[in-house]
Order: sequence, then structure tokens, then C-alpha cells
Amino acid sequence: MRKLIVAATAALTITMLGGTSYAQDTLKIGYIDPLSGGGASIGEGGLKTFQYLADEINAKGGILGHKVEIVPLDNKVNPQESLVQAQKAIDAGIHYITQGNGSSVAAALEDFVTKHNTRNPGKEVLYFNYAAVDPALTNDKCSFWHFRWDAGSDIKMEALTNYMKGVPSIKKVYLINQDYSFGQSVRADARKMLAAKRPDVQIVGDELHPLLKITDFSPYIAKIKASGADSVVTGNWGQDIALLLKAAADAGLKVNWYTYYAGGAGGPTAIKQTGLDHQVFQITEGIPNGGYQPAMDFEKAFRAKVNMSLWYPRAVNEMRMFKAAAEKAKSIDPVKVAQALEGMKFEVLDGGEGFMRKDDHQFFQPIYISSFGTLKSNEPFDEEKTGWGWHPVAKIDTQQTIVPTTCKMKRP
Amino acid sequence: MLELIVISTLNGVLFGMLLFLLSSGLTVIFSMMGVLNFAHASFYMLGAFFGYQLTRWIGFWPALVIAPLLVGAIGMAVERYGLRNTHKHGHVAELLLTFGLAFAIEEIVSMIWGKSPMDYRVPQALDFSAFTIFSTNYPAYKMFMLAVSVLIFIALLIVLKRTRVGLIVQAALTHPSMVAHLGHNVGRVFMLVFGVGCALAGVAGVIAGPALVTQSDMAGLLGPILFVVIVFGGLGSLPGAFIASLVIGLVQTFAVALNGSLASLFGPLDPSFNATVLADIWNVTIAQIAPILPYVLLVLILIFRPMGLMGARET
Repeated sequence: MRKLIVAATAALTITMLGGTSYAQDTLKIGYIDPLSGGGASIGEGGLKTFQYLADEINAKGGILGHKVEIVPLDNKVNPQESLVQAQKAIDAGIHYITQGNGSSVAAALEDFVTKHNTRNPGKEVLYFNYAAVDPALTNDKCSFWHFRWDAGSDIKMEALTNYMKGVPSIKKVYLINQDYSFGQSVRADARKMLAAKRPDVQIVGDELHPLLKITDFSPYIAKIKASGADSVVTGNWGQDIALLLKAAADAGLKVNWYTYYAGGAGGPTAIKQTGLDHQVFQITEGIPNGGYQPAMDFEKAFRAKVNMSLWYPRAVNEMRMFKAAAEKAKSIDPVKVAQALEGMKFEVLDGGEGFMRKDDHQFFQPIYISSFGTLKSNEPFDEEKTGWGWHPVAKIDTQQTIVPTTCKMKRP
Repeated sequence: MLELIVISTLNGVLFGMLLFLLSSGLTVIFSMMGVLNFAHASFYMLGAFFGYQLTRWIGFWPALVIAPLLVGAIGMAVERYGLRNTHKHGHVAELLLTFGLAFAIEEIVSMIWGKSPMDYRVPQALDFSAFTIFSTNYPAYKMFMLAVSVLIFIALLIVLKRTRVGLIVQAALTHPSMVAHLGHNVGRVFMLVFGVGCALAGVAGVIAGPALVTQSDMAGLLGPILFVVIVFGGLGSLPGAFIASLVIGLVQTFAVALNGSLASLFGPLDPSFNATVLADIWNVTIAQIAPILPYVLLVLILIFRPMGLMGARET
């Protein structure tokens, strides 16, 4: 009996010791995004991407010898649920969280992290944002604890209008966007920037429709057609872009589409179905067929292992830059990492240099315009098994994407 | 303007017919059995996914026949082993059963097919534009959807009102023991009715799948509006559902085409609310609120005519 107790105690001690040493070795990143419900297809894609990136870092010895682990936390794209998950992450000793889907969620998290860090000095948490693009997050709501790797929607519009400036065939533009903070900011920025850069362009329509509630866009297409537009600008994502394009093709609407998110889940399939060959443009920080060899090698390896295309080149930049910052700071302490990230210059996945602006923690990087359609011979990557892929149309250099900020950051 | 009116009317009718295609099965089940089937949209989703899978294997046309049969068979199983047992506990139990079923089906579908949209395409034979009006194309596939909806409407009306089968089914609802005494198997009648209702949802799924997005959340997207259609038309009334579908389709389409807002109604007399909270309500256009109009109609009809347009009894 005594032997048994001794053995059990010993075993228990060993497991506990093992457990503790493991926790010290692992650098956990809380991934807070939808893993169930309507946004799950997107959230799962993001999770796979981050897990792949963590594996990549771990294969090269981790970050300062710490193994990186992604902890998935399902927020159902709900701000309230996200805060519960963030608290759960903090209770589990996590100091880094990353999130992307939904600016409403991002605003809640940014606020939560800032308050938590003020109240708990020494236990700070950093929030890495890889896809929530509401400009407010780096302007009036900006926080020292928030870093954004995706271009804000104002930056994307700046880049897009800089491209449209040089396309004389654009004469009549129709704006159609989802009726919430992001869609409204796309619409306002498009109006403001087009008026400044192309005063001759006429805005013939400006539509806001409810978010993710429309099953048939034919009425909207009829309206676009009646307006005589030659180009449509939209920030729609998810099914709102897929169904919009589908209805357009059904009605035989011949316009060019300037979109933020036509490449998201289901978008390529819809474009292929509609046969809008090289008429749908997208604005991103990287494209599979960009021609830059390291990026194309990465895409190939990524697709081979994860069986999806790389939606988030910015996630690659985020994780690699995190590692670089930790190495620069020689610490994984969040405050030191944050200070190292400020103003840091970084060679992005798709080539060219980006930098993390100190004033508002917005990352600036080269932005690409690409069109979706039949592939050229040197373009190996298609999307969603359609046989069509993204073809580079224009590159907007980092300097051309810089927009002013109103952020007045409070530093610790 | 004429162009917009003609095209909006066409779009409205097309969308309305799609709604009818979806709600016909729901109405049949409700009018014959008194069961409000919350899982109806899920059966529609099953139809779309079966249709997609079978189209892959054996082509669209066989899928159009087999997929609804499969969905109908599942529906019959649900009735036989689920609803029949809960029936004696009353309608609330039935409602809860179908409610739970809706979630279960959604999870099962996303487990099998994943959460991404399927590449479910319009069959080659129907992939052309049927006609062009004001330089807007109307795809043949949409005409096909329209034709199927109308056919189903007529066929259902004839079966229910003009045949012996319809008589027995209707009698089984109000006088089940009498019908049983006359030598009919009431249980089987109910099972068949539920199966047919689900099969209709399956047909809608196979047909609507390529036109909309075939995805594991498609049930949740269309579910609510189906209830608007059948409540507005009058619970259990087939012609009511037909008219309600058309009305809702047209209202929604025309609302989108309109740009007016409360502010523009007053024109130059507009008392500017720009900086206040009221600005949001004041400046919202009819187009912006188009998709919620059906729900406004639902509330209004329940207040002023609770039995719906053509319903025989109070909802």
C-alpha cells in the first residue's frame, strides 16, 4: 500500500513538473474568431493558417526557444462572446491574442485589452489584429496594445483610388455596400477620395443594404444597370459578394467590379460560375500569382499541406514580425515586444518593405490590385478548383498607401 | 423609369415564385397535419446538398428526381419515429422536436460537406439566357424555376381539392378516428403527407441550390421568411401562400428600387436632423429597409387580420 502511495505521489509530481515546464516553454497565442455558425468557414481557414505558421516557426526552433501554440477560441463573431473568450485566454496565462473577423468584435477586444492592461500592470496582453479594417481602430479608438497588419479600409481605398486615377475609362461609379460601420466607411472614403482624385468621375448610385440578409440581388442589379454605371465599388464580403456577382452575371451586367473581398470563401466559385473573366478586381496585400518567388514557394507549400489557398498573407507577416520583434527585444514580455514592434521595418511575404507606424500601430505595406479569370502560363495557382486565378494588375507601393491618423496614443 | 418598373416586376415575380417553391411544402404539412415544421428550411438545405452530390455522380436531371425522394424518405422516417410519438403530447412537443431537428441537420450537413459553399452549377442544358429585355438578360434557369413553381402549385391544388386522396387526407386531419373506421391507415396518411411536404422542400433545394449559394447556413438564411409567407398568406392555405409569395417578392423588389427617405418626402422643408440621433431614421432610404419589409408586413397582418390573407382559422 505504501509503495503504491509513493509511486502515485512520484507519478503525480512528475506529471505536475512536466506540466509546468511545458507551460513555460510554450508561447500560447489565443486565436479568437468564429469556429461555429455563419462565419465558421472563414474562421476555420484562419485557424489553419495560424497553425501552419506556428508549425513553421517551431520547425526553426520557435520564438527565443519557446514553442508556439495556437489556442482556438470560438467567439461566433459576437463581441460579448469574444470578451468571455479573451478572459478565458488571460486566465489560462495567455499574453497574446489575435483576431480578425468583424470590426465590432475588434473594437470590443481593443477596449477590453486596454482596460485589462491598465488594471493589471505586469500582466499585459497584446492584441494582434489581422483583418478587422474599421479605420476607427487606429484612429480615435487607437490603443498601444493593438497592432493591425491588415490595411485599414481607408488605406485600401487610398490605394484603390490611386489606381483608378490612372484608368480613364472609369466614368460612372456605383457604390454598393453593407449597412454597418465598415460598409459605411468604404462608402464615405470612396466618395471623398474619388472627388479629390478624379473630380470628373460621376457617382451614379450609392447603395447600402442590410448585412448578410439578402438572398437575391437582382433588384439591386437592375438599379445599377438603370444608373448606367461602368464600374462598381464594393466592400461586400462573404455571401453578399458571391450573390451580388451571381445576380450580375445572370442579368448580363457588363461592368468592372472593384472589390475588397471577392477572393473570400465562395467568391471565386461565384465569379467562375458567372463567367466574369478578368472583370472582377480585388485589392489585397499579396496574391498567389504575384511572381515573387519566395511568396510563390510559400503558397505552394501551404496549399500542399493545408489544402486551401493563402487568404491571409498578412497573417504570415504578423507571425514572422512577432518573432522578429521578440528577438529584437530579446524577450517575450508583451510590453517589450510592443515597444520593439513600434516603427519596425519588415520585409513582407510578397516582397517589398513595410513598416509598423509608431503613431497608431498600423502596418503599411505594398498593396496589389488583381483581377480574377483565366490563368496565364506562368501563373500556377487557381482558386477553389475553378481553374481561374488572380492575375496581378497593379502594385501600389507602401508610400502611396499612407493615410493620416488622428490617433493620440497613451503609452505605458 | 418604365425600364425599372418592368424589370422590378419581373424580378419580383421570380423571387416570389422561389419563395412559393420553398413554402409550398411547409403549407401542405401545416394544413394537413397541423404541424408547424421548423425544420422545413433544413429539409430544403438537405435537398440542395443531395442535389449537389447526385449531380456530381449522375447528373442534374436524375438528381432532380432522386434527391427529393431521399429527402421525402428522411421526412417520413422523422414522422414515423419522431413526430408520431410526440403527437400525443400536443403541438408544443412537435414544434420543439422540429426545432431541435433543424439544428441537428445543420450540424450534420456541415460535418459531412464542411462549411464552405459548394460548387453547384446550373445544368448545361439550361445555362443560357431565355430572353433579353431592356438589355437585361433573364437566364433560362430562372424561367425553369418559375415553371416548376407554377406546376407544383397547380398539381397540389388538383390533388388536394379534386382527388380522393386529397379528400381522405383532409378528412384525416379533422376526423382521424372516423377515417380510421372507414378502413384507412391514418398513421400512414400522415407519414405520407409529411414525406411529400419534405420532398417538396427537397425539390426547392435541388432547384434553388445553383441559383443561390449551397452552404451549410442556407437554411438559417431562408427559414424566417418562409414563416412570413405562410402566416401572411394564412396558415395552411395554398392559394394564400401563393399570393403571399408574390406580394412579398414584389414588395421587396420595388422597395429596393426606391430611393425615397422621410427626409426627401419633405423636400426643401426638411427640418434638418443631421447632427442628432434622429438623423439615422430620418435619412434612411426605403431601399435600405427593403429586406425587413416582409417582417413589417408580418406584424401588420397579425394585428389587423390574424388569420392571414386567405386563412380559415386564427393563427
